[in-house]
Parts: sequence; structure tokens; C-alpha cells
Amino acid sequence: MNQQEILKSVEQSAMKEERPQFEVGDTVDVHTKILEGEKERIQVFSGVVIARNGSGSKEMFCVRRIVAGQGVERKFPVNSPRIDHIDIKRSAVVRRAKLFYLRERQGKAVRLKERRVDRTK
Amino acid sequence: MAIGILGRKVGMTQVYDDSGKVVPVTVVHAGPCKVLRVRTPDRDGYEAVQLGYVDKPRRLASRSERGQVAKLDGKRAKRRAAAGVESQPKPDCEPQRFVREIRGEAGELEVGGEVKVDVFAEVDCVDVVATSKGRGFSGAMKRHNFAGQRATHGVKKCHRHMGGTGCSASPSRLFKGIRMPGQYGNARCTVRNQKVVRVDSEQNLLIIRGGIPGPNGGYVVVKQTNTM
Repeated sequence: MNQQEILKSVEQSAMKEERPQFEVGDTVDVHTKILEGEKERIQVFSGVVIARNGSGSKEMFCVRRIVAGQGVERKFPVNSPRIDHIDIKRSAVVRRAKLFYLRERQGKAVRLKERRVDRTK
Repeated sequence: MAIGILGRKVGMTQVYDDSGKVVPVTVVHAGPCKVLRVRTPDRDGYEAVQLGYVDKPRRLASRSERGQVAKLDGKRAKRRAAAGVESQPKPDCEPQRFVREIRGEAGELEVGGEVKVDVFAEVDCVDVVATSKGRGFSGAMKRHNFAGQRATHGVKKCHRHMGGTGCSASPSRLFKGIRMPGQYGNARCTVRNQKVVRVDSEQNLLIIRGGIPGPNGGYVVVKQTNTM
């Protein structure tokens, strides 16, 4: 095995067996496990996926939402074991890989055009 | 022998620990290493084990490298045998690319034996010795983290210079040890007390937390740490 294959196999061990399927522009609910003292509970962060970067076990994604009129972004590792699951609420027609232009928009302008996807398949 | 092995840096990546936190790791392809020589206090004055990593084609090995691992039966060897000089045991293997000694008692290891990455199964922390990436002749800013000079306010063509190095008529010389530009990197470098995250004896991998010196593909020596 050459070096890159070795590295890949190590990364594979850190990745989830089932790769979470979502795309940039999707509105998602990210269910994360958080520790409160001794107890573990699940917290939901919902918003629009505005970017994905990195590859393999290093892949991250960024979720943006508006809280009390203030934009909030949170980055998650795609393969983090702390993420319980990701629900896709809505998909949108987007024409670029990074939706950073949403940061400059407010109110109604933040909306994205919906893309109907049949999720039953 | 103090627990140690030779290997090659594969590269860095990240994995998750038990609590789900990201851990930056370096993957090292370590061993299996052949034992080429056992140093004893009687003969050599110190205790160590000489290890070799990765076979080298014979056509690339010098005669002395071939003679290190196997008997060559040259004229000189015959003369020495006739004179009654006892030759050292040889491992009878291919010449090795990377050969280093690791200090410490040999224990059960014998010439011709093998050291595998399993020896690190119980080890928590390691020291890694390697040659750092060469950066050539570097300025004081890169080499010693000097601040350089200002971008404006009358600084002329010496924005990355180091500034003053000493005094004037007294002492009219520079003190020794002033940090200046010069060769940076391509030197033996040790990182100490790095945690072992995982040992993969199937693929001969050692996964170490944090960075280690040198480029990907560079040879490294990994030893159990002796820091307290």
C-alpha cells in the first residue's frame, strides 16, 4: 500500500459508516449530543447549509441561521460522533458551492428558491 | 532495549476520541524492523540494539552495507578467520535503507530477530526523532520569529531585517550567541511526550497525536518517552 492509501484507510476508520447525505442550500436540523454535567441530551441547531469544505474525515460544514435578528453560523465536522443525525427539511436551487452572499442579506432576501426533491426514494 | 522502532512518516489527518472530540494525528508506518546488531558492554562498552527498516536492493547497497547484514567471504574475512578472530553474528537479511541504534538492554532480542509495532501496545507517550524540513538560508524573522521592522515611518528597504545586534565603541564587538539569519531546518529534531492514539499491528501503523518533524515519507525514530 502506498502512503496515500494508508492515510485513507486511517481516515476511513474515523468516518461514519453511513455518510450523511445533504447538500449546500439545504435547510437542515442538526441533532447534536451535548453533555450537561453527567447527562447527555440532544440539542438541535437548524439553519441553511452555506458551505462544505475539506474531504475525508476532515470534512466540515457550516450552518447559518438568524437568531433574534442576528446571523449565527456554526461549523460541524461531517463525521463527528457527536452528531446524532441530520434531518433535511427543505432543499433549494443554488448555483454556487458557498452561499456566503447570504451574510449580506436580510429579511425576505435570505430566502432561497425551493427545489422539490422526492425523498421517498 | 528501551521500546523503540524505526519508521516512515505517512502524513497527518484527524480522528475522533472516545468523547467525540477531534484529535489531530500523524500516521507513522513503523517497522517491522530487523535486528542487525546487539551492542554489549563487554565488547562495545555500551548497551544498544541496532535496527534496520525497509529492504534496499543489493545493487544500490555498498559492499560494507551488504557485509553488515550477511557474511561476504572476502579475502580479508578468510584471513581474519584463519587468524582466529571471531566474527560477529549477522542477521542474514537484505541490506537495510534506514539503520539506527536504540540504546538500552537487548533483553530477549537477538541478531536476526524482528521488532514490530506491537511493542507500543502498552506505551502511552513517545518521543519522535527525525530530520526537520530544510528551509535553506533563512532570515531572522522566519528563523527566530523576530518582529522585523515597520512597513512605513521612514523604514527604507529593511522591513524584514533584524535591527541592531550590539553596542558601539564599547565593547566594539558582538557578543556570542546573537541570533542571526542562517541555515534553518534540515537538522535532527526531537518532539517529546507525544501521546500514542492507536497501534495498528495489522498494517504496522503507529498513530501519534500532534505533529512530528520532517516531510511526509521522511524516516523517523520512535521511542518510548523518558520524560517524567
